[in-house]
Amino acid sequence: MTELRWNPEICAACETVDCLEKCQYVRYSPEQARGERDRLIRGEETAILTDCVTCYACEEYCPHHNHPFYLIVERQEELGIHPVPKPIEKSQVLMMGPKGRIVPEAVRAPVINLCYFPMMKGAIRGRLLGDASVIVGSDIFCNLMFLHFARNSTIRERLPLMMRNIMTHYLTPGGVDELVCYHDECYGTYTSWAPAFGIDVPFRPVHLFDFLNRRLEAHAGEIKPLGLKAAYQRPCSNRLCPETDAWVDAIFEKIGVERTEREFDHGNALCCGGVMEAQQRFDLAESNRERNIADMKASGATVAAFNCPFCFFTLAEKAAQAGLMPVMMSDLCHMALGD
Amino acid sequence: MNDIHDELVRIVGAAYVSRAEEELYIYGRDQGVQPPGRPDYVVLPATTEEVRRIVLLAGENGVPVVPMGGGLVLSGLSVPLKGGIVLDMKRMNRILEVNELSHYCVVEAGTSQGALQAYLARRHPALKHSVPDAPPTATIAGNVAIHGSGHLSQSEGGFHSEMVTGLEVVLPTGEVCRLGSCSTVDKWFSRAPLPDLAGLFLGWNGTTGVITKVGLKLFPSFPLKDVLMFMTEDIDAVPEVISRIVSTEMGEDINFFVTPKPAYFDGFQMTNVHVTARTPREMKLRQALVRESVQPYLDRKEAGFLPLPAHMKGNLLAAPQKSLSEFADIRKGGGFEYVGSIMPVESIPGAYRAGLEIAARNGVTYSMGARVVGRGHAVMFYYAFPFNRADEGEILQVRHALEAANRAALDLGGIPWKTEVAGQRMILARMDPATVALMERLRALLDPHGIMNPGNWEVAP
Repeated sequence: MTELRWNPEICAACETVDCLEKCQYVRYSPEQARGERDRLIRGEETAILTDCVTCYACEEYCPHHNHPFYLIVERQEELGIHPVPKPIEKSQVLMMGPKGRIVPEAVRAPVINLCYFPMMKGAIRGRLLGDASVIVGSDIFCNLMFLHFARNSTIRERLPLMMRNIMTHYLTPGGVDELVCYHDECYGTYTSWAPAFGIDVPFRPVHLFDFLNRRLEAHAGEIKPLGLKAAYQRPCSNRLCPETDAWVDAIFEKIGVERTEREFDHGNALCCGGVMEAQQRFDLAESNRERNIADMKASGATVAAFNCPFCFFTLAEKAAQAGLMPVMMSDLCHMALGD
Repeated sequence: MNDIHDELVRIVGAAYVSRAEEELYIYGRDQGVQPPGRPDYVVLPATTEEVRRIVLLAGENGVPVVPMGGGLVLSGLSVPLKGGIVLDMKRMNRILEVNELSHYCVVEAGTSQGALQAYLARRHPALKHSVPDAPPTATIAGNVAIHGSGHLSQSEGGFHSEMVTGLEVVLPTGEVCRLGSCSTVDKWFSRAPLPDLAGLFLGWNGTTGVITKVGLKLFPSFPLKDVLMFMTEDIDAVPEVISRIVSTEMGEDINFFVTPKPAYFDGFQMTNVHVTARTPREMKLRQALVRESVQPYLDRKEAGFLPLPAHMKGNLLAAPQKSLSEFADIRKGGGFEYVGSIMPVESIPGAYRAGLEIAARNGVTYSMGARVVGRGHAVMFYYAFPFNRADEGEILQVRHALEAANRAALDLGGIPWKTEVAGQRMILARMDPATVALMERLRALLDPHGIMNPGNWEVAP
């Protein structure tokens, strides 16, 4: 079994403990934060293991890239601390598990990985994405969601099979060596989680934003600027690949959309609240939903832009009720091309 | 027999009487596993007067009369066990009155659930009736007559028969009687304070007369709806979970279910709590109270509310539920048996274990669940077994499972619901002999010629 590549000496020597000091959900004094850190290093039970809402943000906050969030998840699992009630955790493990139902299908580049969101197939269309092959489903699913369930073990167990499936049934026969990840979660799996656990990725992951940017450049002459103001809902898994956040600005610039100034954006993005529902933190979930929507409205946006389907499912209805048009990033790009 | 046919034609018109072979075949059976019967005539009356004349004719000639609503009872209650006339009530489908202020309606006996639901949604959107999880063609009268239950049974007073405010019935001797306030004043608002005679026609499987009109309670229809799904993996915890949630008085409808498919539900117990509200603020409060009621389970991480995607919520909030209809078709071939038992909440774990054992022993697929009735004084626990009607072996397996489920229900302190003749006899065998004797005396009094749905509620000959 692969181990987390985490250096305890770096953590022990850390002066700032940004992972906990910058956390939006705990209020530890510097002394408390260091105590939490030390107990985490020693593998002892400590408050952060139950306080953690699994928002991934500390992975971004750590200046040493020493994977504090993955460590928290490891410790939760080792100590049997369940962020989500046990029946729900077990049911989700069953629900999202590989079903062995792959129907081999010829693909050609570009290949877009739609994660486990078959309902999003309609997003792969038009001049931007219409020529792409799509793969989707439980047999190619990254399983990174189990970070929310204190189950690194499930990801460890399933990810190698998923990557084998992707290669064996799709990329290798199609002569394709890169995979466009529609969901930040998949991209984060291949560029952050897998390397952190010493797992080799046999293809080149491409972030959707990177791909959209290139495609928009190729169709630059056909774009009709939308003239919209959009509040962007940055998802938790983008914390694993913060370098991709700048592409949102690049995309918006190309399609004539202004990214409004939000309190909860960039490094201060606020979780949509969906996962907190599973954790039975209902008040916090509702508070996050309300704060996100109020913040979007206050920013002067007329559009709520999402890249994570789960954030979209969690916030779209409330956004619409507040007079914001909820749109996925890919659809916003299609709109600019009139597709 | 030609004389009877001709007389029936004179009463309802030739278009509404049939003794065509194919129609006798269809009207001789339902979708369940009970053996078919064979009617002599199928008749569709349009008025109470026509029903009265048909019943008088039948009485004079000693011909059985079997009233039929939607024909969806599944346990053969509208199968003519001894031939005679199947009285299909579907032409009597007028909605006669909706009283917006006193919250009741008056409908003819053949009015379907779907018709009333659509009518209220269109003309009286602030009101609704309690919809059973049956196909929309199920009738209001048929459902109240079998002590049906539905989406408001938990919060609004229990079985649908308890929501009846008055009845018009044709007695087996031809008299037309109104029962409840409508017997005395021209209003259908209540069965009290008069002697409650409606009970003589509710739960009797059509053996005491023909219901021709029903007064039915209506309830406020709130614009906001949500469903919370509470998931456990300890069947013994379910009665307490239900009791806690019921005690909040926030759940409009509460349903427990277990199913082996999809696999991610196998081994878990789900309790769905429907919450409705007038405003978002009220909704939040109601949801919070439901959640707080089971806080100890959440704190121990032993159980929790499953986040539901919007499409799943939409399916769960639909009334009637489509999922059971879809389940009914799993085995293909058009066979579906749905065994219900009315039992106390604490019997759920026993009923669940018995259901698993019965399904395994008989090699049948199952779905099980329970609807909470009347703020938790009882549940309607169901076992659903789909089967292929073309497969005699499967029919036999399901029939054995059905008998075993009825026996298990009685052993657990419950009572089989709308049960077939064999189940009725099981009940009668355990019933207080004085009660059985009273039932027989009442039937003999009301139906001296023994024409009403003979074979039902009879002690084994």
